[in-house]
Amino acid sequence: MSMFVKFLVAAVGSGTPLLFGTLGEIVNEKAGHLNLGVEGMMSLGACAGFMVGYVSDNFLLALLAAFAAGALGGLLYAVLTVTFMADQNVTGLTLTIFGIGLSNFIGIYMLGRSETGSLKLPETITRQMRNIHIPKLSDLPVVGELLFSYNPFVYLGIALAILLAFYFKRTKTGLNVRAIGENPGAAAAAGIPVTKWKYLHLLLGGGICGIGGAYCVMIINGGVWISNSVGGLGWIAVALVIFATWSPAKALFGSLVFGALRVLKYYNFFKLDIPIAIYDMLPFLVTALVLVLTSIRQSREKAQPASCGVNYFREER
Amino acid sequence: MSDTNTERPAIACKGITKVFGTVVANDSVDLQVKYGEILALLGENGSGKTTLMNMLSGIYHPDGGQILIDGKEVVISSPIDADALGIGMIHQHFKLVEVQSAMENIVLGTKGKLPKTKQLRRDILAISEKFGLEINPDQKIYEMSVSEKQTVEILKVLYRGARILILDEPTAVLTPQETQKLFAILRKMREEGAAVIIITHKLNEVMEISDRVTILRKGKSIDTVITKETSPQKLTELMVGHEVTLEIRRPEYEDPSDLLHVFHLKVDKPDGSAGLKDVNFVLKRGEILGVAGVAGSGQKELCESIAGLIPVKEGAILYEKKDLKGKTPNEIINMGIHMSFVPEDRLGMGLVASMGMVDNMLLKSYKNTKGPFVRRKPARKMAKELVKKLDIKTPSVDMPVRMMSGGNVQKVLLGREIESRPNVLITAYPVRGLDINSSYTIYDLLNQQKQKGVAVMFIGEDLDVLLALSDRIMVLCHGEVTGIVDAKQATKEQIGLMMAGAGEREVMGHE
Repeated sequence: MSMFVKFLVAAVGSGTPLLFGTLGEIVNEKAGHLNLGVEGMMSLGACAGFMVGYVSDNFLLALLAAFAAGALGGLLYAVLTVTFMADQNVTGLTLTIFGIGLSNFIGIYMLGRSETGSLKLPETITRQMRNIHIPKLSDLPVVGELLFSYNPFVYLGIALAILLAFYFKRTKTGLNVRAIGENPGAAAAAGIPVTKWKYLHLLLGGGICGIGGAYCVMIINGGVWISNSVGGLGWIAVALVIFATWSPAKALFGSLVFGALRVLKYYNFFKLDIPIAIYDMLPFLVTALVLVLTSIRQSREKAQPASCGVNYFREER
Repeated sequence: MSDTNTERPAIACKGITKVFGTVVANDSVDLQVKYGEILALLGENGSGKTTLMNMLSGIYHPDGGQILIDGKEVVISSPIDADALGIGMIHQHFKLVEVQSAMENIVLGTKGKLPKTKQLRRDILAISEKFGLEINPDQKIYEMSVSEKQTVEILKVLYRGARILILDEPTAVLTPQETQKLFAILRKMREEGAAVIIITHKLNEVMEISDRVTILRKGKSIDTVITKETSPQKLTELMVGHEVTLEIRRPEYEDPSDLLHVFHLKVDKPDGSAGLKDVNFVLKRGEILGVAGVAGSGQKELCESIAGLIPVKEGAILYEKKDLKGKTPNEIINMGIHMSFVPEDRLGMGLVASMGMVDNMLLKSYKNTKGPFVRRKPARKMAKELVKKLDIKTPSVDMPVRMMSGGNVQKVLLGREIESRPNVLITAYPVRGLDINSSYTIYDLLNQQKQKGVAVMFIGEDLDVLLALSDRIMVLCHGEVTGIVDAKQATKEQIGLMMAGAGEREVMGHE
């Protein structure tokens, strides 16, 4: 039992960066942009978050920097695809390559300047992003561990998912943005400023991805800089968007499942004698399965926003 | 809609001019509409109707002239401005979000907070009742018929409190019965004091619904007449600029014998749903078989399955006694059958848009020549002949066909198909988007083919044309044939009822 609780707790932790990446990509796709640059924006966020944290020793500043870096990646993508109408797939892939490259470059440069030959986050910030401990609540058996024992990122991610779900479902701006993602022509005819909302949501989505990247290096790697710290999580996030059927609330569940798959190898529940590599493969295998299954299922409401991948040009009729 | 002051015009355009590059789309156009009036804007394609309306709805900017609303000069620089001035536009191609409900589409883009669902539903139903509209506010758009979608578009405009409504070719997609319903709604709006502008090129509708008609020709406003004091003949002359006969010929062919038999044809759409369900008919030599039906009733599947472009699920297509089922277009040609298909999507399926006339001619004929090289000379000769014969307007036979106007593109396509001397000619909406002169050229071409003994299938949308041109009319509804009637005896109302699903026997009232 206690082993299973530990497994769940680990799953939540390992699912959190996926949650951020997925939420960011959902925000992008709701505005009609299939952004394959999630991995790149996460890398940018990882680098900016870590470096600002390293220098300033302030968790809040690090978070803001991660968000800003991801949003800058999003801005780059928005300028290219919204204003210059570049192909969304190509731009997204390029953004991924660019993001990983730039963050590794800065990382290596900073490593070269450090005296110890390694980069580790300082004291204060490490303390600030430690798992929370609420007296009494956190001490409850099982429940305390399952609900009140995580680092601040986890709660931020959950709050964000709920907020976004409410935003897209209940607010007028959310409704308008969904309309843009489905049919920008119809949205423009209804008097919705298409370009403005596209830009804002591409930036917002990028920023959210950036925070997910910061989590990878600051929590998963224990506050020590290594290159390629995001390590493909951005790609899983893109697939998770499909798994979650473009719903921020379902992204919570999806990232938990995928988080669990990623840590399964440390908890050999079934006493199976299989190579560790199989476990490493599981998230990708499930992703492939999900892609196949979701392409069979046909439901108009639970499908990708119709204008995803197609740039909008007002003069075209 | 309280302003019932009938003296002051709701909208007045004075000397509106709009230039695109070197083309003058609108040349000092004048137009006036009063509250409580329906104005028809009549003109051929390319006469500047839509350009003018796009300026009123804020999509384009006029280069010169004034727009006055309620007597005050205004600048309309975006759809948002038009909205604020009480102008609502109902586009020909609906601007709706398919996966959202009617209610969500109606409230889309409006100012202020999102109203409570209950409140919103009540408001929408109240407006619907006032104007006699029928709607289920919770229904998703993709579950709706074309006419229901149009209702949503109208409600969208009314919900924003528009007092000036512009409808761009609203009847193009409706059955005659649905058109009557729409007209009843428009009359109701007129009673409520709205100013309505309806863009159309269907004369009978102009005569029926409008109070006054403004005629545009080549970007200029030619005249404004009171509907009661004019006639379709006069309107046509104003529209075209010279006298035309509105009669479509229907020559007789001596010996119509059966050529193509279609038995129990079943075809699926790409998404797996049924496109055609058990279709039976005969196509004769020397006849024009008109096919009527609301858009999407299976016309596309019918044409493409006969032409061998999409697979047939069940049934048989017999040409004389040879079955064409499962044959590719190439195999059909090799069987010695010359089948020509003029598709609806002229520049997508019919011609290669970026190629010139010569290369497009080659596409049909290159296989007939020996050796690995193509020979352009015969194709060039043919292209030049077509230009002369069909009066195609193009600076050069090498200019990409996409730069040509719709009428000329259709002439190129139909001309090429006819040059291959077909036995069977299938045409889908051949006059869609063409002006009156080009349309009559196309009718003449089809009649010539018919007199040569070609079996012609004519998928049409204008029932008046179908009734005048065809020998028999086959009516499709949801992939089924609801009737095959003699075009000389059938009426528009009867065809309309069959388009909506009524059987031939109950409509025609005999065996």
